[in-house]
Amino acid sequence: MLFLIMTALLILPVLIILATLIYKGGPAISWEFLFDDPREGMTAGGIFPALVGTIWLVAVALLVSVPLGVAAALYLSEFAPDNWFTRFINLCIINLAGVPSIVHALFGVGAFVLFFGFGTSILAASLTLAIMTLPIVIVATRESLQAVPLAFREACWNMGATRWQTIHRVVLPNAVSGILTGVILEVSRTTGETAPIMFTGAAFFLPFLPTSVFDQTMAMSLHLFVISTQVPGVPDHLPYGVALVLIAMVLTMNAASIGLRMYLRGKKKW
Amino acid sequence: MHEPIMNETRAANGGNGHDAIFTRDLNLWYGDFQALFDVNLAIKDGMITSLIGPSGCGKTTFLRSINRINERLGYVRTEGSILVFDTDIYGGEVELAQVRKQIGMVFQRPNPLPISISDNVLFGFQLHGEGRTRMHKSEKEEIVEAALKQVLLWDTVKDRLDSKATELSLEEQQKLCIARLLPVKPTILLMDEPCSALDPKGTEAVEELIWELRGDYTIVIVTHNMAQARRASEECIFMLMGKVVEHTATEDMFVTPAKKETADYIEGRYG
Repeated sequence: MLFLIMTALLILPVLIILATLIYKGGPAISWEFLFDDPREGMTAGGIFPALVGTIWLVAVALLVSVPLGVAAALYLSEFAPDNWFTRFINLCIINLAGVPSIVHALFGVGAFVLFFGFGTSILAASLTLAIMTLPIVIVATRESLQAVPLAFREACWNMGATRWQTIHRVVLPNAVSGILTGVILEVSRTTGETAPIMFTGAAFFLPFLPTSVFDQTMAMSLHLFVISTQVPGVPDHLPYGVALVLIAMVLTMNAASIGLRMYLRGKKKW
Repeated sequence: MHEPIMNETRAANGGNGHDAIFTRDLNLWYGDFQALFDVNLAIKDGMITSLIGPSGCGKTTFLRSINRINERLGYVRTEGSILVFDTDIYGGEVELAQVRKQIGMVFQRPNPLPISISDNVLFGFQLHGEGRTRMHKSEKEEIVEAALKQVLLWDTVKDRLDSKATELSLEEQQKLCIARLLPVKPTILLMDEPCSALDPKGTEAVEELIWELRGDYTIVIVTHNMAQARRASEECIFMLMGKVVEHTATEDMFVTPAKKETADYIEGRYG
């Protein structure tokens, strides 16, 4: 009974948030809202540039952080000797996960916008997001790699498999669903982040679609912040509508990843 | 590229009666702890040799150093040499993959990969066949059938080759683990207490299989079970505290042990 109540307490906030958003933001949703530019000082019109911008930001961030994070986890779990240097790297990863996002933002400004000279652009913002979410990918990947039983690896080594053959044929196929879980988490986090992109690439108001990674862009999360607090006279349903779309994006991507995971799990014979 | 050399040597030696494994002053340390002391052994080709001794006497360590699986631990240091058919397997020019291909290992707990039965049998073969043209389906089927027949498993599993290997009984799994070593044509099979996870019936079946394989392969089997060593081996090595105490024909060891320690162990005074 106690556990039932605790479970209910977990579900309740989610339901309340979703219900409020659908109730208040639902009426705002329309084709025009999704596929039109904001108009009249962002008090009317749609969110299309922000929607596209967020997709750009997340996609570029994933392109950077997933290969890098998976490779790092592979190294740490399969190749790295257990010495002070490896332990130091692990410590750094844990600390990286604990750095507040606004600090990441300032780092992004210093490193990508100024030092590398990318300017405020999608590239700079995505790289900042990638660095921020790297620990999620690394930790999730490393854990799923280490969950592959030692017996499987030993069986492989004993038949003369090289380290890479073992990873490629036995370890990775068994770990892929866990890695995808990490990517799901990362997508959700990246989509919603506001602080890291605020100074590095997301624009207040820019009713054009980006054409390359060196353009600035609008983004859903920042747009929500702007119309909720910075612009007077925004009708009530607009911010709720934006929030609803944002959450729907995250949930859709999660659902897609979960679907892919289930498909992969069903396909592999173990 | 080393495998042909090894096989030629094997042919030159003329099979039975020669040394398959020969160690010279083998010493091994786990960090600061010395696990093997000056092990000098000559294990004969085509015979079943059992390794007995109390827990921690180094028998498993010795076994695991023959196919260099100990190295994975990282903190292991080995001195001396191990010759397998006259090739020093710790020599610089030897490829690890070839050593492991030549020397198969069976573990205490059966460890089939969680893929289908036939994929398990083909796994090692495909590992080493990489880079060459794709095998025909019929060729694969032949390999699977031959290996499973050799381990006396074919009749029980022939109708479900595509089902998961992990669904088999422990006895069948252990036989499968032996079967999957065979397609790469090893010369030596190392077995680390292969029956300790099995029930008496399974033990009997696997022992029977090991006896069948005698002659075709050199088999080294670590066991805790004195009766098993006596039943299922031709030569026997008794180890104690990392040292080899006695190495003779099995019947001699159990009837007239030369050393007092051996006699004490066999009679169950420690272990």
